[in-house]
Amino acid sequence: MSSYHVVIIGGGATGSALAHDLALRGIRVTLVERGEVTSGTTGRHHGLLHSGARYAVKDQESAKECIQENMILRKIAPGSFELNDGLFVAITEEDLAYYDDFMEGCAVCGIPTRTLSREEALRLEPNLNPEVKLAVQVPDGTMDAMRLPLRFLATAKHNGAVIKPYTEVLSFLMEGQTVTGVHVRDHTSGKEYDIGADIVVNAAGPWAEKIARMAGVDVPVQPSPGVLVAVWGRYNNMVINRLHRSGDGDIVVPQRELSIIGTSSWVVDDPDKLDVPEEHIRLMYEKGAEMIPALKHAKMRAAWSAARPLIGSRGATTGRELSRTFKCFDHADEGVEGFVTITGGKATTARAMAETTADVVVRKLGLDIPCRTREVVLLPHTAYYTQ
Amino acid sequence: MSEQKVTFRVFRYKQGDTAPHYDTFTVTVNERTTVLEALQAIRRDQDGTLVIRHSCHHASCGTCGMRVNGKEVLACVTNVLELGTPTVTVEPLQNAPLISDLVVDMGPFYETFSQAHLPFVRRSEYLPDAEVAEGVPFHMRFESCIECGLCVSACPVVASDAEYLGPAALAAVWRVVQEPRGTEVPPLLDWVNSEHGCWRCHVALECSEVCPSNVDPGGNIMALRQELVRRALGLSHG
Ligand SMILES: Cc1cc2nc3c(=O)[nH]c(=O)nc-3n(C[C@H](O)[C@H](O)[C@H](O)COP(=O)(O)OP(=O)(O)OC[C@H]3O[C@@H](n4cnc5c(N)ncnc54)[C@H](O)[C@@H]3O)c2cc1C
Ligand code: SF4
Ligand code: SF4
Ligand code: FES
Repeated sequence: MSSYHVVIIGGGATGSALAHDLALRGIRVTLVERGEVTSGTTGRHHGLLHSGARYAVKDQESAKECIQENMILRKIAPGSFELNDGLFVAITEEDLAYYDDFMEGCAVCGIPTRTLSREEALRLEPNLNPEVKLAVQVPDGTMDAMRLPLRFLATAKHNGAVIKPYTEVLSFLMEGQTVTGVHVRDHTSGKEYDIGADIVVNAAGPWAEKIARMAGVDVPVQPSPGVLVAVWGRYNNMVINRLHRSGDGDIVVPQRELSIIGTSSWVVDDPDKLDVPEEHIRLMYEKGAEMIPALKHAKMRAAWSAARPLIGSRGATTGRELSRTFKCFDHADEGVEGFVTITGGKATTARAMAETTADVVVRKLGLDIPCRTREVVLLPHTAYYTQ
Repeated sequence: MSEQKVTFRVFRYKQGDTAPHYDTFTVTVNERTTVLEALQAIRRDQDGTLVIRHSCHHASCGTCGMRVNGKEVLACVTNVLELGTPTVTVEPLQNAPLISDLVVDMGPFYETFSQAHLPFVRRSEYLPDAEVAEGVPFHMRFESCIECGLCVSACPVVASDAEYLGPAALAAVWRVVQEPRGTEVPPLLDWVNSEHGCWRCHVALECSEVCPSNVDPGGNIMALRQELVRRALGLSHG
């Protein structure tokens, strides 16, 4: 193992994948997370292993990342997904008018598709709205929002990474304009201490702006929450998406014995203050029922919000126009050394985000060690707790 | 929505403390507020040192298990006002080493549970008449058990016999017997066919009562016993 030490702030999908990548490259890693791992946005996401089709028209960069990572994750995390594929369903004439652009987008991005007639679609998913005009099958899947990152963390631990949950970064250690570590509090004991680092990586998701400010740099991240509603029962086996430009309540992800309808989108300033607006819950039921009418009377299990870490200009109002693609900032560009931020993206693309970031980190350390996370099969999630 | 003030009596403990104590907080809640949301509000607005476990907020990850008014629940799907008590007492799970406040160490739970080698994905029994899409081998879904440990906390036998395999692991073994998916069944049956295995259970079903995820661990233990008897008599599983 090299003597260089990297501290990662944030135990979400991004920080977990990065801990794994750096540990595989032989770098000493400490990951600090203020709560339980995945207690930020990651654990609360929709659980969709994206095929990329959702972004195939408007955000092709994202779409390509998704399909590539989708295929890689199937190899490195076998047994972790419900692989029933997904359908994009056209319910109205307007949806149908979107079909050509959608198919062209998927072709350009390398997303495999198969068009199904109304009858074929209803044979696969009998609860679909009988008005359905046609459907397109894509390689969507369901993931467990917590347990996939746990596999990254378990493998990282196995390779020597130190994972510290309930450990909150309170401030940065700086020498002049260089970050030299973090000052943390261990909430399980109340003790505060310093952790020295050659490089600190901010993987704090929608909190990234707050963390960056501690080091005196500005990161343009806008927390953009969405509401999700889980109902009892599986109304579908495949992921059901509305064939149209992305909108509210247009995806139903089946998972275990639940169906999860999502999502909406707005912007807030504080990712710790997310309410679950009543009208958004109603909207999820309404929009979900346009695709699967029986959802209208489904019994609710839970409704909650999670905040996307969207990169973009401040002042946006709906959050939907911001890019879904991730960004890695080397803050040397703003005159602060030893400090990198990785944010944006999706849980599906966490491995790719980690690869990009780890490339930046090893280059900054003057090393040349290639990424191996495309091939290495991850340990089971239970190994996170048993090591 | 109407708002109401509710008192929370919260179990507190930090590493190095000689003994735990309780702190009291008042939280404004509405008809929808869950115990988890109330605890997050306490941490955000009143005491940033409160340690809680949570992740999915919809009864899927199993991290937010705790005892609310003495009963094992998932905090994320426990509605505060529906509890109907002016004071809500919140304590960590039992039968697991305490880390801090409401958080216990799940290491021992997973040590036992993982020995069942339960695959995470199973055949889905939902929509049996639906056709399976081209390229998909069969309809699949995640196992119901969310590894929350509520059953282990509620089990009186775990409390008195530290070596008892406990309801979650035994239920997981039954799922493997039902649908082996490549896992070898006989060694697992040997594992549970023991003094600290499925014969230790008292069948009072406290575990099934608290299970939030339709596993019915007590019922699975009964099924395991029947399977062992059947095999002892030389009858095959069916
Ligand atoms: C409603 C919704 C639905 C989504 N659905 C999907 C989906 O279906 N599929 C998909 O692929 N993606 C989905 N996403 C996107 C995905 O959830 C996120 O892109 C991803 O989880 C972000 O992970 P992260 O690790 O960057 O951030 P986070 O998971 O938020 O991790 C950041 C961590 O930093 C920690 N932290 C903050 N401050 C500190 C501090 N001071 N000290 C220590 N730690 C700190 C936080 O506690 C947090 O755990 C969805 C997002 C939303 C909002
Ligand atoms: S039925 Fe058996 S496993 Fe369940 S709580 Fe009772 S003794 Fe424990
Ligand atoms: S059997 Fe039920 S209560 Fe026990 S760990 Fe699994 S989900 Fe939780
Ligand atoms: S937070 Fe996941 S089960 Fe409650």
